Parts: sequence; C-alpha cells; structure tokens
Amino acid sequence: MSKTKFDPYGEDNPANPKKPASSSGSTSSGAAQTHGGSYEEEIIAVEAPQEIDAKAAKRAERQVATMFMVSVVCTLGFVVAYFALPATATIELPLIGITNASNLSLGLALGLSTLLIGLGAIQWARKLMPHVEVIQQRHLLKPPDSLRKAALAQFSQGAADSGLGQRRLLRRTLLASLLVFPLPLIVLARGCGPAPKGELNETMWTGGLRFLADITYQPLKPSDVPIGGVVSAVPEGLLEVQKAQHNLNERAKSAVILIRMRPDQIRSQQGEGWDYQGILAFSKICTHVGCPIALYEQRTHHLLCPCHQSTFDLADDGKVIYGPAARRLPQLPITVDAEGYLVAREGFQEPVGPSFWERS
Amino acid sequence: MSNTSAAMNTSTNGNQPKLSGPLAKASAATYEYLDDRTGLSAGLRRNLRKVFPDHWSFMLGEIALWSFVVVLLTGVFLTFFYVPSATEVVYNGSYVPLKGVMISEAYASTLNISFDVRGGLLIRQIHHWAALLFVVAIVVHLLRVFFTGAFRRPRELNWVIGVGILTLALLAGFTGYSLPDDLLSGTGLRIAGGILQSIPVVGTWGVFLLFDGEFPGTAWIPRFFVAHVLLVPGLLLALITAHLLLVFYQKHTQYPGPKRTNENVVGYPLMPVYMAKAGGFFFIVFGITTLMSALVTINPIWLYGPYMPDQVTSGAQPDWYIGWLEGALRMMPPIEWTIFGYTISWNILVPSVIMPGIVMTLLALYPFIEAWVTGDKREHNILQRPRNAPTRTGLGVMALTFYVILWANGGNDIIALAFNWSINSVTTLMRVLLFVLPPIAFVITKRICLGLQRRDRDKLLHGIETGRILRLPSGEFVEVHAPVDPDEVAVLLSKEEVLPLPMPPKRDANGVRTPGYAIKALRARMSNWWYRDDVPVVTLNELESGHHHAQEQVEIAGTYGVEPTVSEEVTAGHR
Ligand code: HEM
Ligand code: FES
Repeated sequence: MSKTKFDPYGEDNPANPKKPASSSGSTSSGAAQTHGGSYEEEIIAVEAPQEIDAKAAKRAERQVATMFMVSVVCTLGFVVAYFALPATATIELPLIGITNASNLSLGLALGLSTLLIGLGAIQWARKLMPHVEVIQQRHLLKPPDSLRKAALAQFSQGAADSGLGQRRLLRRTLLASLLVFPLPLIVLARGCGPAPKGELNETMWTGGLRFLADITYQPLKPSDVPIGGVVSAVPEGLLEVQKAQHNLNERAKSAVILIRMRPDQIRSQQGEGWDYQGILAFSKICTHVGCPIALYEQRTHHLLCPCHQSTFDLADDGKVIYGPAARRLPQLPITVDAEGYLVAREGFQEPVGPSFWERS
Repeated sequence: MSNTSAAMNTSTNGNQPKLSGPLAKASAATYEYLDDRTGLSAGLRRNLRKVFPDHWSFMLGEIALWSFVVVLLTGVFLTFFYVPSATEVVYNGSYVPLKGVMISEAYASTLNISFDVRGGLLIRQIHHWAALLFVVAIVVHLLRVFFTGAFRRPRELNWVIGVGILTLALLAGFTGYSLPDDLLSGTGLRIAGGILQSIPVVGTWGVFLLFDGEFPGTAWIPRFFVAHVLLVPGLLLALITAHLLLVFYQKHTQYPGPKRTNENVVGYPLMPVYMAKAGGFFFIVFGITTLMSALVTINPIWLYGPYMPDQVTSGAQPDWYIGWLEGALRMMPPIEWTIFGYTISWNILVPSVIMPGIVMTLLALYPFIEAWVTGDKREHNILQRPRNAPTRTGLGVMALTFYVILWANGGNDIIALAFNWSINSVTTLMRVLLFVLPPIAFVITKRICLGLQRRDRDKLLHGIETGRILRLPSGEFVEVHAPVDPDEVAVLLSKEEVLPLPMPPKRDANGVRTPGYAIKALRARMSNWWYRDDVPVVTLNELESGHHHAQEQVEIAGTYGVEPTVSEEVTAGHR
C-alpha cells in the first residue's frame, strides 16, 4: 500500500518554515474557515481505504461474534451464581487463598461479560470498519469582528431598552438588593452547629474519678500497671455520659494512657508529684491532629503516634522529641483513693488534643 | 493523490445496503416522529461524521469519564442498602467476629452490604476500585494535557474546569471513604477535623458547624452522605458535561503529522469508528474494574472494626490520592506560634492548607501564567512535543518530583520498615530531598529536552544515521545517512519558531518613561529565561542544503555498491 506523498514544503504543512508558526490567531476569514451554521465540512481522505480482505473479514467477524456469545454465557452465569451461591459462601483458591465464592463468581461473570462486549466492539471497529482518516476544517473560535459587533450592538440595544444605563437609582438599588441577597444563605449555615463555648478546653476528668480499663471498664489499681507496662483507660462514668449525649465526643477527648516506670527514671513531669509510685497518666489524644496514640516503647519511654509519627518522651514532661506535633502531651495528676484504686487528683490543667485558635 | 479521496467517497457515501425488517421500520418511524418534533436531523447531520483525531493518550480522559459512570451506577446500588446514621445498634449479621458488638448503623449497613446482600460486596468493591481509577485517570490525563501544551488558547477554560473536576473528585473520594464509619475512615475524619480546627480565627467554628458541635458527634454521617451522593456528584456531572461540550465544540487537538494543520482535524468520524471504540471502551473499563473487584479485596472494613475515637491501627494507609497530603503532614517540623493569646499551628496549616492551596491555585492558573511569560496568545490546535517546550516540561517534571517525594513520605513508616532505617531518618532525608531534588529534576529534564531537540535538528538536516561506514576514494570515512520518513519529517518540522519578548525601552524617543516598565522588564526577562537555550528551528535554506548533502551521500554510497535505502517518494516529494 502506498503512503500518501507528503510535501514538507507544501502549503498544508503546519510547520512549513515559509509560513508563520500559526496563522489562526488572526481574524482573517479565509476560505478554509467556516463558521457555525454551515454543515458542509470538507472531507478528504488522507489514506486510501485498505481493501478489507474477505477472508480476514470473515475471521474477524467470527471472532467478534464469539466474544459477544461468550459474553451472553457469562451474563447468564452471573444470574445462576446469584441464585445458587449464598452471600457468605467461601472457596479456597491456589494464589488468593480463601475468598468469598459469591463475590468471586459474580465478579468473574459480570467482569468477563462486560469486558467481552467492549473487546468485541473494539475489534469490530478495528478490523471491520473502514479506517480512512478524514480531514475536517476547524472553524475559528474567535468570531469575525462583524459578528461580534452585531452581537454587542444587540446587547447595547437591549441594555438601552431596559433603561439600566439612564436610571441610576434603579441600578444602584438593584445592585444593593442583589449584594445582600446571599446573606440569608450564610445566616442559615449558622444553624449547622452550636457556638463553641470552650468545650475544647475541658474534659470530664475531675479529682476522684477512677481510671477504667478501656475495653472491660473495670477500675484499675496500681498493680494493674506493671513497670514497663502501658494501659489504655477512660474516666469512670464515661459510658453514662456517652449514653446521655448519644455520641462519642467525650471519649474522643478524655482517653488516657497509664504507664509505669521506676520513679528515678522520671526526669521531669508537668507537676510536682503528679505520678503515683512511678505511674504516669497522659492524654491519649495526639496534640498534632488528634489521633489516639498507641505505640509505646518501654525501654526509651517514647510514645509514638501511628498517624504522623510524632514521638513524645513520657519520662521527660511528655515533650515532643520528633515529628510534626508542636505540643507536649498533657499529663493528668493521679493518686489512689481509699479503696486503693487509681484516681485523678484533678482534671487536665491544659486542653487536650490538637491546637486551635483560641487555645493559648 | 486525488484518486484516494474519490475512492473514499464511494466506500463511505456510496450506495449502502438498506436495513430492512420490522425493527428497522419501527426505528425509522420513531426517528421520524422525534425529528418532526425536535428537528433532530440538523444536529445529527452536523455531528455524526464529526472527526476526532486518534491517539492512545486521548483515551485517558475517556477512562476518567467511564470510571465516573461506573461509580455512579454502583453508587446508586449502594444507596439502597447503606444507612447514613450514627445510631448505635447491636450487630447481628453474618460476620461472626463482630456479632453482638454495638456499632453505628452506618458501619452495620456497610457490613450488611459486604456479607448479607448478594452481590453487595462486589458492587462495593467495584465502587471503590472505580473511584480510585477515576482519580488516577484524571491525574494522568491532566499530565498529558500539561506536557503537550493542550491547555493553551483556546482551551484554558477547559483546563480550569478540569482542575475543578480533580478537586471535586478528591472531595468525593474523601467523603465516600468516610461513610462506612470503620476505624480507618474515622481516623481519616479525625485528621481532617484536626486540620479544620487549626485554621486561624474560624477553625473552631468550622469544626462546630461541620460536626454540629465537637468532633465527632453524629451529624457528620448524614451530612457527608448527602455531600457524597448528591452535592459532589451533581457538581461533577455539571463540570464533566461542560468539559465535554467544550471539547466537542472547540474540536480536539491533534498531534503533529502529515496533512495536520492548525486549521483542520485529521482523524476518524464519530460514527461508526469512534462510537464503537468509545462505547466499547466503557465496557472495558467496567469489565476491568469488575474483574479487579472479583479478585482483589479493597477496603476490608470488617477487619478494621468500628470507629472508636480512642482506638487506632498502625501502618494504616489512606487512599492513594491523599498520600501526598499525608506525607506533607508527616514531614513538617513542629512550628507553632502563640501571639496575643492566639495559636497559629504552622505545623498543620502549612502542609495541609497553605501548600495544597498554593499547588491547586498554581495548577488552575498555569495556562495564564505561561501565556503571560511567553506572550504566546495564539490559538493552538496542534499539540506540542514535550521536548519542544523544554522549560514547561522541566517545570512539570519538577512539580511531579515534588509530589512524588511528598507521596513517598506518606509511606515513610513502610519505607523505614523495608530498608530497616529509623522513621526519623527517612523523614529527615525526605525533608532535604523535597527541596534538593525538584530543581535537579528541572535542570536534567530541560537538558534532555534540548538534547532531543538537537537530535531532531540533525535528523532533519542530515537524515538518520545508518551505522554503515563508507570509505571514500579520498580515504575519508563517512557514515551513510538515510533520509527520514516523510511522516516523521512532518512531526519534526512541527517545532515552532519562538522568540522571547523584547526588553522594553526605559524611555521612549521623547524621553518619557515607559509606563509599567518594571513589570514589562520582568516579563521580558522571564520570557528570555523561558526560551533560553532553545535549539533554533530548521530553516528552509538549511533544509534544502541538508537534503542536497544527503542526496550526494546516497549517490556516493550507490557507486560503491551500497544499497541506498531511500524511498523515491521522499525525493519526489521534495522536488
Ligand atoms: C463521584 C465520584 C465518587 C467517588 C470518587 C466515590 C468514592 C467512594 C468511596 C471511596 C467509598 C468507600 C467505599 C468503601 O466502602 O470501600 C464510597 C462509598 C459510598 N458511595 Fe461513593 N463515590 C462517588 C460517587 C457516588 C455516588 C454518585 C453515589 C450514589 C449515588 C455513591 C454512593 C456511595 C455510598 C452509598 C457509599 C457507602 C457505602 C459503602 O461504603 O459501601 N458514591 N464512595
Ligand atoms: S496525629 Fe499524631 S502525629 Fe499527627
């Protein structure tokens, strides 16, 4: 098949060095440029259509028809699998392991049925439709000046008829009314939530509240926190608060962790004697953006936040030793009550969790 | 050449077999009915044979479109079963490990979709895979548009719409990811809340309005649900429609090649080739996302457990498109100011508000920035080869490098584990790389582009090196050069002659200061920087003498018994 001859010096080469790089920015309306309205677009073949060989065509037709038929079979397979397999049926596969049989068979059936329709259509287009590149002229997007003038004239006419130009009072009052018009929308958004009233500064912790283990909700004694150990805890009464408020807001603030080290390992803490025999209580909520912190390395007394790896030194004031958090972890002063359970001596002395504008 | 067009006319417009039968009659009648009432024919007549240029990279936008359609279809199915409520219920479904646990209705219904609704898990997984593919396709499509200069006039507006689509796609992904109310999605929400809370002056208010009080509350689930299934998809649908209408109306750009000019489109007609290909492609995207969902589990929310604000899993990864923000957040040093009793958390603001804000703004404004610097306001319908815009290509690779480093740092714990380094040293290394690598990437990319430009120039002037060495009677050795394929010549010649903006005079002839001199001078300097080192395009004279030289060589080669690999067409075409 012979390639169409291409003449790099010809007029129709976009990059012909004789021509300016691009001429279409100008408004000249040459013959080539048609403007909307005209249906007739020049269509010229660039390549001669390949004769589709009758034998090859037959083969392609068979291929495509087979794909469509297999697709039909797969679609029916989907229906069968839907009714035959319960949603929780499982199957063990060589590479994948145990997997959901319903999901697997429905997915394979539906996936293949759709994929084959797609592949069939594309094969059809590639093998059986004439592949003749054609050329169409573009219309310039910038309209000729005359058209633009005419449009603007109409606009001016309309504007003049409306009197918008002369009636200054109307123009200004209309503008004013439109400007304040969105105000109700903004005001309505105000109803999306209550005004902040310092809730971010407080948790439910107060003096005398016991520490409950976070899963069993059993009160904790010093003996539940061995040296090197770490225990997640919540304040006594949290479940009742959750029930009353119907949300997890309090939990998101007042979760703490208890750790224990030898008293001589405590290099500094946030208040004199805030530990109880080496047991320290810290807020569990990261001061970066609020993830609960979980990873404690007992050897170094470092607490690592899994979200962005802020690292706090619990033996040294809870201060940040690496990572993006800028504030130390707030410490809760603790002691034991008459029955020997761990309790808070008072509430947190600073807001827990991420910083916010009003926090100082 | 003229007879080819004649041949084509008969093959496509000639007497075609008429469809007959009852079905055909019925469709003809329906068509007439509609046409009588809507004048449908006018639009069809104009558009059915509308020409679209063909190139594999033009499929990227199509993938995005079709994955959006898949997401819409599967999403509607999910809404039938998903319950947007934070009300706590006792789980009593088929997933044994969570039986009897108090969980939110949102989480319970997602478990229900996964374990008790037949086909539910499949549809849920298709929804998620297609959502991921949607964002991938948008981003790669954007890169194609960027590196080929397809955003230049007249398509700047469509670029801006595209950036809007990308932003909304991220929002759709984030709100959707949150809906199941599992431990991972809740942790993501917690981080988003913390970021919102860090915004000066309005942050606390923002949290209280979004969550109807403190985090997490219960209001966010129905709110996110409506945003996810109505607001964001509605906006996306509107923007995608506008995007496609503009593509249709402005006609697609095309790559340089024979017969392709700035004033035409060379390609295949909409009906039948494009309809078959595009329609088929929808089924392929649907099929592939479905097969993925059959074989690869995504977001197994049952393993994570319900969201509890005091629980967390480690090693959790967000969906890929959030990774760069996660990485930025992990990388920022802990800087926080307290001024007059108010707190400004730069450690949160910079990586998650300011940096992304700047990135998205620059992205949206890029076409206007480039046009301002280059002064190129012409209409461009021929795509640029990336090498022919070395500064842009360099900037693009530089931005990509920046992005990739942030993204990699989103997995700093995984990298640390894999290489047995400490996380801290990975992060510190990334902090350094973030500032060092992008400029290096710029310089190297630009160099490569310029090298390729020189090679193109040589090719045009001297032909292709064949590697065959000839010894001339004079004793001189020469390498035989073969002429370049004419199609390639057209591509090589597509490089445009460009000139930097001239430096404005400080004062005009009358000694009056040029108004706005500083800005104009800055612009000229930037334009100079932009075009610096560009390899000059081949001029007509150079091309002619180059061809003479090549011709001579071929003749010499011929006399020495070396088969000249010259196609006659080329020489004929040049005469
Ligand atoms: C426009 C782009 C969209 C994106 C990027 C997107 C993304 C997501 C993602 C990532 C999820 C989490 C899926 C999971 O559980 O693993 C999700 C959930 C969901 N999406 Fe979409 N979605 C989109 C549009 C829609 C639309 C249009 C609808 C409904 C008309 C919808 C309905 C839902 C529902 C009901 C869920 C929660 C059920 C579940 O998580 O299983 N989504 N979406
Ligand atoms: S939330 Fe803890 S490091 Fe970011």
